[in-house]
Amino acid sequence: MTAKILTHAVSRPPTPRVAWRRINPTIVIFLVLLAAICWISPLYRTAPGLMSLLQRASPVIILSAGQTFVLVTGGFDLSVGSLITLVVVACALITGGDGSLTWIALLAAYGIGLTVGLINGAIVAWGKVPSIITTLGMLLSVKGVAMLWSGGAPEGYLPVNLRYFGRYVWRHVPLIQRLPVAVVVLVGSLAVLVWLFHFTNFGRLLLMIGDNPRAAELSGVPVRRQRMLAFVISALAAVTAGILLGGFSGVSVDVGTGYELEATSAAVIGGVVLLGGEGSMTGAIFGGLTLYALFTLLNLIGFPEPLRVAVQGLILVAAAALTARRSGTRQ
Amino acid sequence: MSGITLSTRRFRPQGLLPAALIVGAALTYAVVSLATAQSAQLSWAGIAGLLQRMVALGITACGQTLVLLVGSIDLSVANLISVSAVIAAHVMNGRPDAIALGIAAAIAIGVIVGLANGLIVSKLKVSPLIATLGIGLVLQGVLSAAYDDLPGSVPASFRVLAYGHVLGIPLALLLLAAVVALAGFVLSRTVIGFRLYGVGGDARTARLAGIRTDRFVIGAHIAASVTAAVSGLYLASWLGAGTPWVGRDGGYDLDSVAVVVIGGTLLSGGRGGVAGTIAGVFVFATIDAVFNMLQIDPFLGQILRGLIVISSVAAYTFRGKAHVA
Repeated sequence: MTAKILTHAVSRPPTPRVAWRRINPTIVIFLVLLAAICWISPLYRTAPGLMSLLQRASPVIILSAGQTFVLVTGGFDLSVGSLITLVVVACALITGGDGSLTWIALLAAYGIGLTVGLINGAIVAWGKVPSIITTLGMLLSVKGVAMLWSGGAPEGYLPVNLRYFGRYVWRHVPLIQRLPVAVVVLVGSLAVLVWLFHFTNFGRLLLMIGDNPRAAELSGVPVRRQRMLAFVISALAAVTAGILLGGFSGVSVDVGTGYELEATSAAVIGGVVLLGGEGSMTGAIFGGLTLYALFTLLNLIGFPEPLRVAVQGLILVAAAALTARRSGTRQ
Repeated sequence: MSGITLSTRRFRPQGLLPAALIVGAALTYAVVSLATAQSAQLSWAGIAGLLQRMVALGITACGQTLVLLVGSIDLSVANLISVSAVIAAHVMNGRPDAIALGIAAAIAIGVIVGLANGLIVSKLKVSPLIATLGIGLVLQGVLSAAYDDLPGSVPASFRVLAYGHVLGIPLALLLLAAVVALAGFVLSRTVIGFRLYGVGGDARTARLAGIRTDRFVIGAHIAASVTAAVSGLYLASWLGAGTPWVGRDGGYDLDSVAVVVIGGTLLSGGRGGVAGTIAGVFVFATIDAVFNMLQIDPFLGQILRGLIVISSVAAYTFRGKAHVA
């Protein structure tokens, strides 16, 4: 008992600073950015404006929440960008613009995601190839499949009822006036992901694996199966994001390019510790929101579009450095 | 093995692995060129062409080897190659008298980027993956914002680097050989090299043994960035202009890491060397050449390449007992 109190006192001095330090700083940063956006543009002071911001941010938020499952186990999933591309291309090619085939296309898309996730997970868990190599290799291969299938230049378009998820907005909704379908998809997906991550043993064990895989294994955790399922969840989240993105944008082989880094950046901004063991869905979600709010703000002040990537890079490094300082470990 | 004892021992050679990789790849190349009746590929010109494909990746991979050996990684090389090529072409702008200035500018950018990477990794304790990805994004953003204003071409005399010959040997191959020899010498014959292995093998032990580990991490990052800048110079000379997408389209970030790992260097650091790396580069060059000879669809080739990278790394790792993430 005494020893326990002692270690507690040593490891975490009970200073008043501790209380506010536990608040995720990302939430504060997001609110500041949001205030700046509202100050500059009156459009965002209305409920429909905020809803459209949320609508366009939803793919990144879903991606970063899914990516977090892999990140907390200490891995990476860099194949999600290519997977988004493949999903959009597959939907376009399967339906050929015919709305009656939408359900088949959606099923096929989730089937593709499941396959890619299982392959990623199996190679990392049983082949013991580090996930950075595995998923970078899959990034090439999955993009290659999309290119091969579409002959390099996909034609056709997504039928209206498939674009519904990303695009459509319900009007005359009480209180908020307009409710984009994408926001409903976002809330639904997040409900599932938050439940899995914070309210099931599956999620808790993922954190344990990220902290110390050997200890987890010795205490009977099926480390390999857990790891594989984490990749499956990340891939299925990517499919969902891909379906939303297909609604926003056209069909091309570049739809998903760069999203893997946006998702990772968002999670890192939200304080998910790379190399595993620490992270929360709140962090991932607000990381995604913060990244998107920042892009919106840069857009509003007329910041040159190409330099956005450079800012993203700086923020990624800064957020990782800040987390390293906060947690006192190597981030 | 700890850094203390390593510094008194001779460099541990990588055994027969590099030779086995090279012989295997060369045999495949020979068999395919004979089977597809393209025996011209086996002439000196054909082989020189094959070897020339190794230059850009090979130079970059030498630097990447050093970074991986200290337990770090550099994913900014692809974008840095583009920046170096564009800067060199911009500074030279077709004037032969500006060649030296162009080379100096590209190398200087390499040193600065390497220093930034190294400082962020060692002083700010940021994961090297994130640090170098972030710096890579910064380079990419700055480049795509500025490249409308950065035209320019290299003067004809600079293109000798890629197309010239000395005693029948392409000059570019000599450049590659020089970089490999320098990296190999430093790693296997100098105290710096021994300590580098020590830092990568066990940073804590190395620090306790009095090695300033941060300096080795920073130094390795500078070396990697400078080799990437040299690759950029070579590509500018090869293409005659600095194209801003040359690095990313070449996939040099993944490829340089993959060839180093295929060559037997551990991703976690401390073991490996440039001999294996150059064997890995040779394997990649022959894969491309074989795909070409077999006239495999380029998109299918991309799929196969991804799978080859994964399975060749798996060949080393799947027997391991420890979990990887």
